[in-house]
Parts: sequence; C-alpha cells; structure tokens
Amino acid sequence: MNLHNFIYGVYPYIALTVFLLGSLQRFDREQYTWKSDSSQLLSKANMRLGSNLFHVGILAIFAGHAVGLLTPHAVFTGLGVSDMTHQMVAIWAGSVFGGMCLLGGSILWLRRMFNARVSAASRGSDKFILTWLLITLLLGLSTIPVSIGHANHGNPSVMIALADWVQSIVYLHPNPSLLAGVDTVFKIHLFFGMTVFLVFPFTRMVHVWSAPFGYVNRPYQIVRSKRKL
Amino acid sequence: MKVRAQFAFVFNLDKCIGCHTCSVTCKNVWTNRKGVEYAWFNNVESKPGVGYPKQWENQEVWQGGWELKNGKLELKSGSRGSKLLNIFANPDMPEIDDYYEPFTYNYAHLQNAPLSEATPTARPISQITGKSMEKITWGPNWEDDLAGEFHKRSKDKNMDSIQKEMYGQFENTFHMYLPRICNHCLNAACVAACPSGSIYKREEDGIVLVDQDKCRGWRMCVSSCPYKKVFYNWESGKAEKCIGCYPRVESGMPTVCSESCVGRIRYNGIMLYDADRIEELASMEDTQDLYEAQRRIFLDPNDPEVIKAARLEGINEDWLVAARNSPIWKMAMDWKIAFPMHPEFRTLPMVWYVPPLSPVQSQIDQGNLPVGPDGAIPLAGSMRLPVEYLANLLTAGKTQPIESALNKLIAMRSYQRSIHVEGQVDTRAIDAAGITEEQAKEMYRYLAIANYEDRFVIPTGHTEETLDDSFGFQGQNGFNFGNDSSHGVSKITLFPRRRKDTVEPKELAPSSDHNS
Repeated sequence: MNLHNFIYGVYPYIALTVFLLGSLQRFDREQYTWKSDSSQLLSKANMRLGSNLFHVGILAIFAGHAVGLLTPHAVFTGLGVSDMTHQMVAIWAGSVFGGMCLLGGSILWLRRMFNARVSAASRGSDKFILTWLLITLLLGLSTIPVSIGHANHGNPSVMIALADWVQSIVYLHPNPSLLAGVDTVFKIHLFFGMTVFLVFPFTRMVHVWSAPFGYVNRPYQIVRSKRKL
Repeated sequence: MKVRAQFAFVFNLDKCIGCHTCSVTCKNVWTNRKGVEYAWFNNVESKPGVGYPKQWENQEVWQGGWELKNGKLELKSGSRGSKLLNIFANPDMPEIDDYYEPFTYNYAHLQNAPLSEATPTARPISQITGKSMEKITWGPNWEDDLAGEFHKRSKDKNMDSIQKEMYGQFENTFHMYLPRICNHCLNAACVAACPSGSIYKREEDGIVLVDQDKCRGWRMCVSSCPYKKVFYNWESGKAEKCIGCYPRVESGMPTVCSESCVGRIRYNGIMLYDADRIEELASMEDTQDLYEAQRRIFLDPNDPEVIKAARLEGINEDWLVAARNSPIWKMAMDWKIAFPMHPEFRTLPMVWYVPPLSPVQSQIDQGNLPVGPDGAIPLAGSMRLPVEYLANLLTAGKTQPIESALNKLIAMRSYQRSIHVEGQVDTRAIDAAGITEEQAKEMYRYLAIANYEDRFVIPTGHTEETLDDSFGFQGQNGFNFGNDSSHGVSKITLFPRRRKDTVEPKELAPSSDHNS
C-alpha cells in the first residue's frame, strides 16, 4: 500500500471512526467539557459580523459538500440537473459562502491570535482548530479557479470523480484510484478536510452536535422534580 | 390551584450597613475560581449608581426580562426563533468591562524588589491575561459610598423620572445600599432563554440552578436575566449563578450570605404559591399593578384548602409548618413592608426588600423637618431618600405602597421610642399608620432584634424520600465539576482539561534568613 492509497483509502475510515466514537465518548464521559466555548464575554467587538459570517458560511459550505458529494449521480440526472449546472452551482455557492466564511473567519482568527484577553483565555486546541479550518477553507477556495478551468472546457469529470470517491468511501468500497486524475490542490484539500473530522472530538467543534433546534418547541419554564414520578 | 413551595428571601435595607461581608463570604465559598474572578453571586451596590454590571437595570441596553407583546408575555430580547438566529453572536451580551477586568496585585514584588530609593509598589495584574494592567478603571462596587461624580452615578435608571439636579447638591444628596443575589424568580427569564434547557427550577424549593453538564455556553441567559445575575465562566465556558447555597439549605441552614450578615438584615423562609397563575399574574397590563399581582400569587399557609392542596402535591408537613412561620409571609403579606425588586421585569423575583428609612437627626433637632405626632420621628415623605426613587426600584414607580411601608416602620420606632425613652406608651403614630400594638411589637422583634430563629425558618430537604440509599450516597458527592467525584478519572485524557489555577503571582518572597 502506498501513501496515496493509505490517505484516500484508509485515512477516511480512521477519521470517521475517531469522529463518531470520539464524540460519543466525550459526550458520555466529559459533558462538562462539551460547549461552544464562546469568548464573546472577553471581547465583543466585531463579533456580530465575524461570527455570523463565519458560522453561516461554514454551515452552508458543509451542507453544500454533503448534498453535492453524497447525492448519487443518477439522482441528479433523474432530477434533470446536468453535470455542468451542478458544477456551476458548486462554483457559485462555494465562492459566495466560502467568501463569507473567509471574511468572518479572518476576523475571528485575528481576534483569537491578537486580542490579549481572547488569546490568553484560548487553549492551544482553539487556536489550532480555527487555523486549520481556515487553511482548509483557503485550499477549498483555491480549487475554484481550477474548477472554473474545467467548467470552461465543459469537463465535469473531476467533480464526478470526487463525488464517486466520496460515495465509494460511504458505501465501504474505498477506491482511491478514482482520485488518480484529480488535481493536487483537491487532494490536499481532502486531506485537510478529513483531518477536521479526526480532531473534531478533541476540540470545541463538538458544539456543532448540540445545535439547539429543540428550543423552538420547548415550554419556557423548566421545573425538575426529585420525586419518583 | 397547583401549590408549590419556594425558598424566598427578604432583605431589610433599613439595616444594611454596606460592609460586604455577604459578598466576601459568598465569593470565598463559591466563586474564588478561575473564570469567575469577576463574578459576584452576591454583591452590594451603593445607590444611586449604575451598579454591577454597569446599567444593569436599564433594559433598553440589555433587553433583559419580559414584556407584553400584543398582550402576551414574551422575552424582551425576542422569541425563541430570534434567539436561535442570534446564537452565533448574542447582540445583548455584556462584555467583561461592563463588570470589570478582574485583577490582583503583584504583592511578592514588595519583598523581592532590589534595594532602591523609591518604595517598591505592587502593580495590578489582570487575572485574565496575567499581564500588568496600566490602570484599574472599574471594579466591584466602584461607586462605593457615593464615590465618583454625581452626573455619572445619576445615570442610575431609577433616577429617570426624578428631577435629579437637586440631588446633586451636597446638602440634598442621598444614599442607600442594595445587596443583590439571584432572585430565584417564579417566571425566570434565564430559564426561558436557555436554548439547551440547562437552567431549571427545582420543584421542591424553587431554587434556580444551571445544569453544568447540559450548558453549552449559548449565553442567552446572561443577557436575558434582567438582574444580570447569571455569569459566564470564561474558563469553563459554562453559565454559573447563585445556587441559593442549596447544599446548606437542604440541611436546614441559611445561605452563606444570610448567615454571615452582621446587620442581621436577611431573612430566609418558605412561601407557598400557585404555579398555575404565574403567567396570568406576570401579564398585568399596567406595570404598576405588578407588585400587587405578585402578592396575589402567594397562597395563605393557614388556609385549610391550601394545606389540603399542598399535601396532595406531596409537600411535607414540616414545610407547611415552616410556611406558616415564614418571616417572608409576615413582611410581604401580613405587614406589607417588603417589596419585590423591579416587578416591572415580570420575572416574579423571590428576594423582597424592606425599603430603608433615612432620617436626618440633626435636621430634626433643628426643627427643619416635619415630624409625626410624637414630635420626634420624621414623616415618610420628608426623608432624604425620595420616595419616587424607592418606588422606581421596588414597585415600578407606585409610591403609595412604599409610603405606607415607611410609615409603618416609622410608627413602629415611634411606638418603641415612647416605651423605652419616654417610659410611657404613645400609640398615636401606630394608630395613624394603621397598625396594632401587637403588630408593632412583633415588627420590632423581627426587624430590630431579628433573632436567628425568627430570621431563618428553613425546613430540611427530604433527601431520604428521594434517594434509594441515602447511606450509600453519603460521602459520594461533593460540590464538583465534571468527573471530579467519579472513581474512574484517569490522569491522561485527550479531551480538554480544566485549567484550575487563577492568575496569581507565583514568585515567592525570599526567606528571612537569606542574608545571614
């Protein structure tokens, strides 16, 4: 097994396993550490702009990746979405939300690194994960010119190869050779992206699991009883 | 009718001397930890003043508490949906500087500094960054005893409807202390605002707690509490608040702040209330009706119907006895001398306040103040503290109940004065205030003497009924965070560990026999 096959055939499973079991383990054993770890108390300046741009951007990007890569090719063609339409939507949505995320993320990164209070209260993992996400984002954004190049030649094969590879992982038939013809920048982006899943349970990222949608239907007041009901 | 019991408080402001013993004991017990150096579950403010955090009473700034929207009760900060939309950055979140940047001093430098012409100084160090601070510009109770300029202190929200200029004059200045803790509200805004549902009210005694394992740090409680008594621990990333000293209260002991109060101003007791009427009574159209509405939520512990309903709810017999002997009931309901702070926030707070008297003895002696029928005690409306100010604080601006309470307090003094000074009972003042001799004597016992057993009527929590094996439970759990009381804690973990050490200079002073 060469390095390519390891990274694109075995590493995804390591990352996903650690992501799922690690999250479960932390939720089960270390709920006191399970939190968004907000630093808004220490510095409020630009938080509304930076944090909203970053979060909306990154959530939209995540959703875009999930839909674009996990939907079987036949479903797209069945819905009448041509490969070129798919590619153009991916380029546009990726640019817009990626841009939002980059702007917001840069505001948050500068604050995290150079605001004396926020920096002092940060753990190493806080600084690491934000930096890592931004590098992953920059790698992702730098694939856009390559994709535009492919699109201009009417060639969706790289996009299809990437989706097929992701689906090969999900269907437990890993096929790293699908990535043979894919540009290097995509491959580096993939590695960085998979690593986000690997480190996810050990950082503040776990708060993503706890998005409080249940609040919408909850009664306002909560009373807990010790009685055996 | 759904009867519930509430552990409630009365603070008698007339006797608060602003010594901060309550704050210090509370701090030493609950918040001398990393991340909450700035947090005071109990603090004492000098009023008038903007308070802690700055302008906490001004809900145009913080959007705390509730309001009526189209006749329906809604969080002032917005609906559930708007909470979720603002979850990435809470627009109403206070910043650490609104409280103050926590600091210590580099005391060790005083002993470690090399010999020099000038005396070495202990410079302030930020307890967040660990770095030297140029200048401390704000701190806990920065306005202590009217410190600072009047025009800054008079930004106090309670001064809004008052012609404040005249109170800036030295001769007209007035001052009172306001000790504050979590109000353990019946209609708590922090509970309602928590997206994770981690804040809850205990059914058995109504103490409001944050489930530290369930809190995710969405920080909506911090801004939604109109009293700003939920704090964000910037180290643990969790909300923390006054826990009503529940481990003590469950054992029948008063809270630490109440126990340690040297002025004996604090009363702890049980109130029975009707949980079915919370929303109805918090939704009064006119904010000035809210004080009366809040009185109506309490149930008479002597009413056989109430006792029957309480038993059906599983409230213990000793709790019903405690409710009948509750000092809170006496002051809030029987005598009507205690008031909820800022009823207009519509949270139904359970810490009530006896308004302070502020007689000016030398002015009385010179005959400059109108006095009552005994010729010695001034009239309620003629004292230093404007009644409107107290009304803005305690009754949403309605002055009549405050004046009535002040008159009763004065009449009680006048009556006791006639006994102890004149040696002859004079009931003219108490007759005018509408209280009996018997009540005046009881008020004297509760307010002036304030015996321990009158101040604190606290039944024990019945853990023997809720635990399967109370002997097995004994010694198992302390007041801890995370897995601290678990058997299976390993030294090595990949998950983030809590950093426990707060910023203190670690440099040790040289030993005294260094040069010998």
